[in-house]
Amino acid sequence: MYRYDEFDHKLVQERVQQFRHQVKRRLSGELTEDQFKPLRLMNGLYLQLHAYMLRVNVPYGAMTSRQMRKFAHVARTYDRGFGHFTTRQNIQYNWIKLEETPDLLAELAEVEVTGIQSSGNCVRNITSDHYAGRVKDELADPRIYCELLRQYTVLHPEFSFLPRKFKIAVTGSPKDRAAVALHDIGLRMHLNDSGELGFEVLVGGGQGRTPVIAKTIREWLSPEHLMAYVEAILRVYNLNGRRDNIHKARIKIIVNQFGIDRYRELVDQEFDRIKGNIRGIPEAEIQRIKAYFSPPEYEELPDFTDKLSMLRLADKAFDLWVSSNVEEHKIRGYAIVNLTLKAPDRVPGDITATAMDAVADLADEYSLGEMRVNHRQNLVFVDVKQVDLHSLWQKLGLLELATPNLGQLTDMITCPGLDYCNLANARSIPVAQDINKHFVDVDRLVAIGDFTVNISGCMNACGHHHVGNVGILGVDKHGTEFFQLTLGGSSDEGASLGDRLGRALPQEEVPAAIEAIVDTYMDIREDDERFLDTYRRIGMAPFKEAVYGSADTKVVA
Amino acid sequence: MSQMIIANRLIDGLVIYMGPKGEWVGSISEGAVFEDEQDAQRWLVVAQQEVEDSVVVDPYLIDIDTEDGKRLPAGARETIRAFGPSVRTDLLEDTEGNRG
Repeated sequence: MYRYDEFDHKLVQERVQQFRHQVKRRLSGELTEDQFKPLRLMNGLYLQLHAYMLRVNVPYGAMTSRQMRKFAHVARTYDRGFGHFTTRQNIQYNWIKLEETPDLLAELAEVEVTGIQSSGNCVRNITSDHYAGRVKDELADPRIYCELLRQYTVLHPEFSFLPRKFKIAVTGSPKDRAAVALHDIGLRMHLNDSGELGFEVLVGGGQGRTPVIAKTIREWLSPEHLMAYVEAILRVYNLNGRRDNIHKARIKIIVNQFGIDRYRELVDQEFDRIKGNIRGIPEAEIQRIKAYFSPPEYEELPDFTDKLSMLRLADKAFDLWVSSNVEEHKIRGYAIVNLTLKAPDRVPGDITATAMDAVADLADEYSLGEMRVNHRQNLVFVDVKQVDLHSLWQKLGLLELATPNLGQLTDMITCPGLDYCNLANARSIPVAQDINKHFVDVDRLVAIGDFTVNISGCMNACGHHHVGNVGILGVDKHGTEFFQLTLGGSSDEGASLGDRLGRALPQEEVPAAIEAIVDTYMDIREDDERFLDTYRRIGMAPFKEAVYGSADTKVVA
Repeated sequence: MSQMIIANRLIDGLVIYMGPKGEWVGSISEGAVFEDEQDAQRWLVVAQQEVEDSVVVDPYLIDIDTEDGKRLPAGARETIRAFGPSVRTDLLEDTEGNRG
């Protein structure tokens, strides 16, 4: 894990002091709300339906147990005893008091996390593969480049007032777990024809009201030029992006308007101008940061797979959990363990302070004190000995953190929706809970297999509905909540946007509609075909008919 | 349609309603109900002054119905603002932070 150096500490502490002063001036009336709002947003403090909400960055989703304990402490001391992990690898608190926020931020600074740039028109938390550094197919650890980009973009004076927010994601694996094609800049490591490691650079992806899959702006970029190239993209955007219309201000709009070739031309001109100067990353700096992410000292362990098989044979529940939630580790004798925050009747992504403390203790005991949060709102222990899996599973079960549903239908991404969010049109969480109540048969969920359901309470798409295999979008129709379904979305290396199924449904009809979609899929799939592949092969028609009936199909077609 | 004035309190962001004497109260049941549109608009001007004085943020009028003496705001959004999230209210643990 990266540790702050003296400059990082100084910067964050100065920022807390600055915000303390700003809050004091706001409370005394010296600053108006209009003057203060951009200042609080720069520190991640929103005003939501019930109170202030604080969004805290978890850089590239990586946390230590010490940080998790601090998150628990904040939840307990400054909030109402729980936090919410988001699709951007952040944690949010829902009932923060303005007057206490500077103290809270000072406490977070002690463990090297902040709310800086978790809001506002700047480069947001840089997200990544939650398995970074732990999987065999990875070409290089993306966290090194995430950290370089984090340092480069935090409080960068030129890029603190962009036309709109800006999101960057990095993956070091061909298997894309970071949804890079849905970001303003997506960086995908690969080898060029000479076998050299570099980045495919994607630009102009995003969700929201205008969903776009990012386009490749450069097939291969040498890591030494990463900063210069990202800077060139940002500068061209900053100069050309629209500031007159918030809905047309993201980079995706300008990339679409110019066309990728013209945008590339502008970026290349700027890149050529700046790449020769000091903006290259000094090798010493890369090595300094790399050292923080060097692998922990793993023990020489025998492969435990055979014994694990015996344990799995003896206990079906354990077997289900291993099948679903445990992934292969690159080091023999170790495993990656996913803790889904998706137990039935739980709020996806929510976790109590008590559970956070318990997770921190378990991370110390079983995962070398480190964990991750992923963009599907789950936690990950990245360094668990295979021999410890059974014992860890039992302890996670007591915390309702061993639900064996990773990647399954009930592992839903769900935004806070109208229960918390000022922007939402409809409630997302009750829909997720209804679906959970409907799909209780564990064996059936296993049979259905990979099946993502993503739910957003408004078109801003924090719940990634555009890229769910089934997407659910909450809409308001004359004061009543309705839900619009889409099919065929995906956020992985074959990213695609979902297609609209038909007319929006009332909340109570959503679980049955999903049931109809699932039944149809199970009927027509070939062998072990995933839902996504069946949909891509067959198309919308049978699903539309299953949900709306043949009479209705013509109406909505 | 009856109306009430809702806002967030500046210091902690919590939802508040304007009371019968222009004071701010934490519960919808204690807030003032305006039956007359002009009356409501007059009190909204008072609430706007409270914004100037850095007491509240974003006051506005909401429509309410009264049923069995209980005030029911129109629409899901204002209902949720009045009574809290509709899900997992048991998660609101009794902690030091839960003192709004």
